[in-house]
Amino acid sequence: MIEFRNVSKWYGSFQVLTDCSTKVDKGEVVVVCGPSGSGKSTLIKCVNALEPFQKGDIVVDGTSVGDAKTSLPKLRARVGMVFQHFELFPHLTITENLTIAQTKVLGRGREEAEQKGLKLLDRVGLKAHAAKFPGQLSGGQQQRVAIARALAMDPICMLFDEPTSALDPEMINEVLDVMVELANEGMTMMCVTHEMGFARKVAHRVIFMDQGRIIEDADKGEFFGTPRSERAQQFLSKILQH
Amino acid sequence: MYEYDWSTIPAALPILWEGMKITLQVTLTAIVVGIVWGTLLAVARISNSGPLAWLAAGYVNLFRSVPLVMVILWFYLIVPQLLRAVFGTALQDIRLASAITAFCLFEAAYYSEIVRAGIQSVSRGQISAALALGFSYGQAMRLIILPQALRNMVPLLLTQAIILFQDTSLVYVIGLADFFGASYKVGDRDGRLVELLLFAGLIYFVLCFAASMLVRIMQRKTA
Repeated sequence: MIEFRNVSKWYGSFQVLTDCSTKVDKGEVVVVCGPSGSGKSTLIKCVNALEPFQKGDIVVDGTSVGDAKTSLPKLRARVGMVFQHFELFPHLTITENLTIAQTKVLGRGREEAEQKGLKLLDRVGLKAHAAKFPGQLSGGQQQRVAIARALAMDPICMLFDEPTSALDPEMINEVLDVMVELANEGMTMMCVTHEMGFARKVAHRVIFMDQGRIIEDADKGEFFGTPRSERAQQFLSKILQH
Repeated sequence: MYEYDWSTIPAALPILWEGMKITLQVTLTAIVVGIVWGTLLAVARISNSGPLAWLAAGYVNLFRSVPLVMVILWFYLIVPQLLRAVFGTALQDIRLASAITAFCLFEAAYYSEIVRAGIQSVSRGQISAALALGFSYGQAMRLIILPQALRNMVPLLLTQAIILFQDTSLVYVIGLADFFGASYKVGDRDGRLVELLLFAGLIYFVLCFAASMLVRIMQRKTA
């Protein structure tokens, strides 16, 4: 579904990604972790070309991201993304947030879009908030709406960029619950997250990154059991202590 | 001791109103065209297209670096001559048209800077989110970024409009009878210049002060 082929990226002369190769199969849930600044968010943003890369290629469902002929809006419309800071559109109501891309990008009718949006809003347990503005919702609620907004586009896969990092601790679970449910339904997911509990529960594979390289790319059991690299062992021992 | 005589003012009101209509016409046209053209300039300036950004920056810097009075005179004296040279026809009274053109183009430079700051006040994540949903850059700007930017800029845009309203009095240099010009002419004719100018000043003050109070109330509401 998503295949990274020797992806390298530079900011000026600084190399942020070095030769990253991996793939995410259909229905697979892959968690990307690593210390901050390791390039994990950058890697995931390369999938829908929010970050351009200079070498290598990423192929999403047969479409080459690096190909200049690829229509990026079309590609992005098929790849759902959830951001650390939710990024709901504050000037639009929740319903409008859920429908605007459906109508303007996919060309769906207003009624169809609203039906779809409200169904998904119900699914994340927020139907009562349809008429509100994002600012009136808590962080956890906003992030659930953001997930619903991405799902409304019927994505072929979902990217999560630290979806719970900006949340108060008591709100993390409500977001993770939605993600777990999604994973159990067979959605192809790539998640940058520090939530190792989530990784243990639903991930198939874990990718560990450091300094722009993929250091470890292993099945969940293998990764949590006996990580091969010392760097990953260090990282795990630090974040699993608590 | 100067003897004030306000008695000529009531009879002059219709003429002054004609002047005010010109002032409002120039002001409102320049606000609308200035904001639209200024927004286009701002979007061009922050775009990734090198030549477009460069041209927009050049335009803005040019108009912000010359006095408004000179721009008004250019468009009255030089541009019509060019047009005549090109089209070979004599033009009618172009004072109003040239003043409006000058103000629109001049104000666009100032509005574009306000709009640019407004766009940059919207967080980077918003454009990412919009693009990630499949919007084109233009759609993302139009549907997501600009509506938020405009909301943030309303107080600044109105403040600029108040300044613009006062600046329209500069059209006196091309003999256009706006509110200030009309007041001056009437005062000169009746030998009551002091009274007329005080009266005109009072009207400017009342209108501008009321508008700026309005801006303050709006600021308090949006803050």
